[in-house]
Amino acid sequence: MSAKAFKQPPMLRLASSIFIIVWLILAAFPFFWTLWGSFKVELDFFSKADWRNALTGARTVAEHGSAFTTNGYEGAWVQEEFWRAVLNTFIVCFFVVTISLTFGTLGGYALSRSGFRYTFWLLIAALIFRAMPPITLVSGYLLPFFEWNLWGILPTTIIVLVAINQPFTLWMLHSFFQKIPKELDESAKVDGCSQFQAFRHVIIPVMWPGVITTGLFSFLLAYNDFAVTSMLLSKENQTMVPKIASFLGTTQTEGNVMFAVAAVVSATAPLFVLVMFFQRQIVSGLTQGAVKG
Amino acid sequence: MLLFIALPIVSVVMQSLYTPHKQVIKVVENCGPFGCKEATTVDQTATEQLRKEQPLGQFSGLKIYLDRGHLATKEIAEAWSTRSSLGDFFSAVGNLPFYRALSFTLTYTFVVTPLLIILGFIIAIAVNSLHRHLKGLVIFFSLLPMIVTPLIGSLILFWMVDSRGILGSALQWLVNNPDLSLKASTELTWIMLMVYGVWHSAPFAFVVFYAGLQTLPQDALESSMIDGATRWQQIRYVIIPHLMPLVTFVALIQLMDNFRVFEPIVGFNAEAHAQSLSWIIFNDLGGETRLLSSAATTSVLTIIGVAILLSPVLVKTWQDFKVKT
Repeated sequence: MSAKAFKQPPMLRLASSIFIIVWLILAAFPFFWTLWGSFKVELDFFSKADWRNALTGARTVAEHGSAFTTNGYEGAWVQEEFWRAVLNTFIVCFFVVTISLTFGTLGGYALSRSGFRYTFWLLIAALIFRAMPPITLVSGYLLPFFEWNLWGILPTTIIVLVAINQPFTLWMLHSFFQKIPKELDESAKVDGCSQFQAFRHVIIPVMWPGVITTGLFSFLLAYNDFAVTSMLLSKENQTMVPKIASFLGTTQTEGNVMFAVAAVVSATAPLFVLVMFFQRQIVSGLTQGAVKG
Repeated sequence: MLLFIALPIVSVVMQSLYTPHKQVIKVVENCGPFGCKEATTVDQTATEQLRKEQPLGQFSGLKIYLDRGHLATKEIAEAWSTRSSLGDFFSAVGNLPFYRALSFTLTYTFVVTPLLIILGFIIAIAVNSLHRHLKGLVIFFSLLPMIVTPLIGSLILFWMVDSRGILGSALQWLVNNPDLSLKASTELTWIMLMVYGVWHSAPFAFVVFYAGLQTLPQDALESSMIDGATRWQQIRYVIIPHLMPLVTFVALIQLMDNFRVFEPIVGFNAEAHAQSLSWIIFNDLGGETRLLSSAATTSVLTIIGVAILLSPVLVKTWQDFKVKT
């Protein structure tokens, strides 16, 4: 085929380039703006007098002698103990990902290899649960947690997040395992492996791409969750997102908004890195269900 | 999974049927040197005992479902019988918290979903025609609004549209009204939330459509070109039919996600103007009082809403399944 036939006329090319540039600005500009602004004082970031102040940092220079200040970060990390929230977030994320992947791989493998009717119903149930807002479940958890005095600590939150995450993990890994040909474990069994050995020696080595993709998404769910963590964790145990929300509620005095801005930037940074390294997996994970359907 | 998700649902339904106990009041006679007085006090032990006997509280059946905070059947009936016009009736219904939240949730869902599909589709078409090396970079930046935590994303935008932030000032300058504030008016708040919703979810549609475009059969495009199809006709008659299953998929996922819109409302501080069902639950649960049964009732109603939204899909899956077996 000739590449020329597919070439766009210049006008269309221009229009589509402009559109892409506009979209890029829409998508990325807020992040860079906030990153830049997080090193300023509040009067610059929210400048009533002149919007260019936010770029040059006129008030920041007046107050601190240079156009950049790390006051916001200091206030957030040291004074408001944001590091504790960061630590909690990573504990929660780590355990949620590990636990839900363990159950997800075993369950997904079992479901994809069993031919019974109930597997269909289990998967449909998983889909329905996936559709429900997590917050509707939280009110169901709260009462027993209060009664057993389990409220406010990390392990219960991890359990709830795993439970919310499980339908999705199961669904994704199920469709992934279905793509691994059945002949693979059948031939292993012919060679004398038990079902478990077949899983251990044949399936585990080839399952990593799917597991990593699923793990990424469970990580994002645990990291991004607000409804569950803010309801189920006490003040000392809060993770990042509810912590940021609580900054907003309590600290409207001057300068403290910048704590929240700095905290937001700190919480976004890991996601940036994540997208940078795992872009391919994220894209493939998002489309996995789609291409099948 | 059954244990941790099905059980809470049962618990939610149970809770929604009960109300907390009223305190047991008893009348005691205080006899002092100046004669006897009757006083009403709360009988702590009796209250405790009652609470212990029925930890769930009083059984109230469907009463909570019908009270003012939820379905409000009585208020609606009243509004209907005293209505002077249809608009009057709707504005009366709109003042009830549950219906206000429901109307926002539905509007949000059905405005945002089509818009983001259209936007995602245009981006996908435009990116697909880019040079190979640029694509990776563009995809990276396009993913950002979706990956970032919803609450954080909405906060970032919120600070920008603040009347002292850059977008807020730009808007004030554009419409030449220095007092314009997006937060002050209900319509503008709704629009702001919906713009955020599109911004947040368009990348998802984009990525799915983009992947779909990669599987587009080139010969179909070529033969349509030989038949003299213009560029627009190619999109209309070749590309869109090819992507149609993906559109259904994206629409389904986004309907579910948009129906539970919650974080942006917190992030944008928009509680006064826009409430969603999820937000009502959150509000009931939080704070001093923790209205568990009220929250549970809204939860049940939300679950029913989700079920109604999903029912066409479920019916279709069921039919597919029956055909297969």
